[in-house]
Amino acid sequence: MSDQSIAFVRHETLPPSPPPASETGIVKWMRENLFSSVTNSILTLAALYGIYSILSGSMPWILGGIWQAPSLQACREILAGDSAGCFAVLTERWHQLIFGFKYPQEAYWRPTLAFVLLIVAVAPVLFANLPRRMLILTGLYPFIGFWLIWGGTIMAPLMGLVGFIVAYMVFQRLERSSFAMGALGGLVAAIIFWTLGGYVSDAMSGFLALEQIPSRDMGGFMLNIILGTVCVSLSLPIGILLALGRQSNMPIIKIICVVFIEFIRGVPLITLLFVANVVLAYFLPPGTTFDLILRVIIMITMFSSAYIAEVIRGGLAALPRGQYEAGDSLGLDYAQSMRLIILPQALKISIPGIVNVAVGLFKDTTLVSVISMFDLVGMIRGPILASTEWNGVYWELFGFASLLFFIICYGISQYSQWLERQLATDHR
Amino acid sequence: MKKSVIIGALTVAGLAASAAVAGTMDDVKARGKLNCGVTTGLVGFAAPDANGEWQGFDVGVCRAVAAAVLGDPKAVEFVPTTGKTRFTALASGEIDMLARNTTWTFSRDVDLKFEFTGINYYDGQGFMVPKDLGVGSAKDLDGATVCIQTGTTTELNLADFFRSNNISYEPVPIETNAEAQQQYLAGACDVYTTDASGLAATRATFEDPSAHVVLPEIVSKEPLGPLVRHGDNNWGDVVRWSLNALIAAEELGVTSANIAELSAAATNNPEVNRLLGTEGNLGEMLGLDAEWAKRAIMAGGNYGELFEKNIGENTPIGLARGLNAQWKNGGLIYTPPFR
Repeated sequence: MSDQSIAFVRHETLPPSPPPASETGIVKWMRENLFSSVTNSILTLAALYGIYSILSGSMPWILGGIWQAPSLQACREILAGDSAGCFAVLTERWHQLIFGFKYPQEAYWRPTLAFVLLIVAVAPVLFANLPRRMLILTGLYPFIGFWLIWGGTIMAPLMGLVGFIVAYMVFQRLERSSFAMGALGGLVAAIIFWTLGGYVSDAMSGFLALEQIPSRDMGGFMLNIILGTVCVSLSLPIGILLALGRQSNMPIIKIICVVFIEFIRGVPLITLLFVANVVLAYFLPPGTTFDLILRVIIMITMFSSAYIAEVIRGGLAALPRGQYEAGDSLGLDYAQSMRLIILPQALKISIPGIVNVAVGLFKDTTLVSVISMFDLVGMIRGPILASTEWNGVYWELFGFASLLFFIICYGISQYSQWLERQLATDHR
Repeated sequence: MKKSVIIGALTVAGLAASAAVAGTMDDVKARGKLNCGVTTGLVGFAAPDANGEWQGFDVGVCRAVAAAVLGDPKAVEFVPTTGKTRFTALASGEIDMLARNTTWTFSRDVDLKFEFTGINYYDGQGFMVPKDLGVGSAKDLDGATVCIQTGTTTELNLADFFRSNNISYEPVPIETNAEAQQQYLAGACDVYTTDASGLAATRATFEDPSAHVVLPEIVSKEPLGPLVRHGDNNWGDVVRWSLNALIAAEELGVTSANIAELSAAATNNPEVNRLLGTEGNLGEMLGLDAEWAKRAIMAGGNYGELFEKNIGENTPIGLARGLNAQWKNGGLIYTPPFR
């Protein structure tokens, strides 16, 4: 036996060697995703060239922009023939783009505070894991927001709020005898209270009063946000009621809902806005100033609630019939089975559609610029482009408007996707 | 709370309905503010500045009327109107007068039941071409491509002009003025046609205005002026003579610089005296006090001063007086005598 007869035996295992460079990290990712075939390689190169040419064209224009100049002519003198953006218009007029040109400058903190509070108030509605106590603020917010933005004495929104509470208490008392009785009693109590409260708030018009700002002074992006928020939050409950009404077995309610939905959906929004602005002026007594924003809110809410009703009806129709029957067999009445079984499922299915309508509605608020309201687009098309200093600035202003709208709409859409993932209970 | 707003609005409506029986001037005085309809924005004629103050040539007329009636040129509630909402706003009583470079036409005056109270700007359709084209007259434009806004009277005027001169053109239909500017600069058309004041304002926004010329031909009549509703002649007189006072002031050499001196005591010129109220009782006839015209003129200067400040040759818009010069200087601006 000699050592030579023993073959070489390795005593320890080889250390694992790293994968080849072409099969790891960024190289692998690029090979698989960008250059997996000849066609894909060509497309990748073409896309890279496209991105490069867009950026090389636009970045110098954006980065070299002028931020301080009194007018477009001055901008051009500073640039001396170079091509770059004249963002000085945003520096000089940003407050008009955000708040409109008539909202008093010293009161800008009020809509800003209202906006911050809006986020706080909406948060518990959007995110279920926040403390439920925050919902108190949500309930109070419409009155606080109104008081902050429009001003006047705090008694007016306070009376409005107390009116709702009185109506609710009367409703609770009378609900035992019948639901309709309770609703009617609540309504009557609220109207009586508001009429009396109107005198009280008139008498105490100096109490905790902010400077009153008329609706016609609202403008800019603030107006878009006011219209969008109010109309979406009003049209969602109305849309649910309309959708349920359309499925109702009671013929009158069903006919009313069908006629309303079909009529509103058959008319362009811009026509409704013209009716709100122009035609109503003929029906009302001369000299009437029935608040224009209120008129527009009513019209946009009607419009979007008809669309939301149809989206929710789709969700209701998508539920299997067994769900309805399950509700009945459990002995739930109509309201209970809707609230506990049908609507939670139907609304979950409808989320993408509802968000779609909400985003579309928010962008549609720019249509009010055609009835001479100065929302963001109205401010750009009217006063700013018509000023002798800034006539001829297009890209910078409309780019800014697109950016503002994109931020909000992208946020809404991201939220809805998150919500869908949260509510995904079907283990697909 | 929505309900309380509506009830409140109806109450206001009821009060306003009972007040509407009185004359417009009493309404304005009771309100303490003049509701004046203007455009949502037109370069040089009406636009709010960075501080939200309305400025412009049409705005000047509103301020003059407010100064004459209420004694304060700032006591104006400017109601912005679009081309579509302006006439309903006036007819429904939402505004007391409309100063929104509106062309005085037969059907607007007669059929829509408005009363034009004068002309503060004589406009007309013109042509703009790049200087490189080497064209000196609109009659040389045979075969040109023309950018034109669809659905306007300018479109019809253009067709008439080319047909009567027996030359041909190729229209490029455009929706808005902003789009037209871009198309014209991009070379999509050789010629851009719209109102001459609009051409001048557009040209002023170009990077190199001197590379474009506005041709001398004016092919249509567009007399622009303030208007009021039919049926309140007293109020119509106030608006008409406030505008006339501005025009007369320029003719008589009364400016915002020397008006204090001229109105301190009666001068040698009896018409100046009657205008400024140091002689006669013209103001009383209108239902105003003696110094109404003085206040109207002091609001923004006389007609010529308003013109120079807002749209004249020293502004970026750079309009020459042309037809809008005083009649003594070969223009059409002419006021009946103050007598």
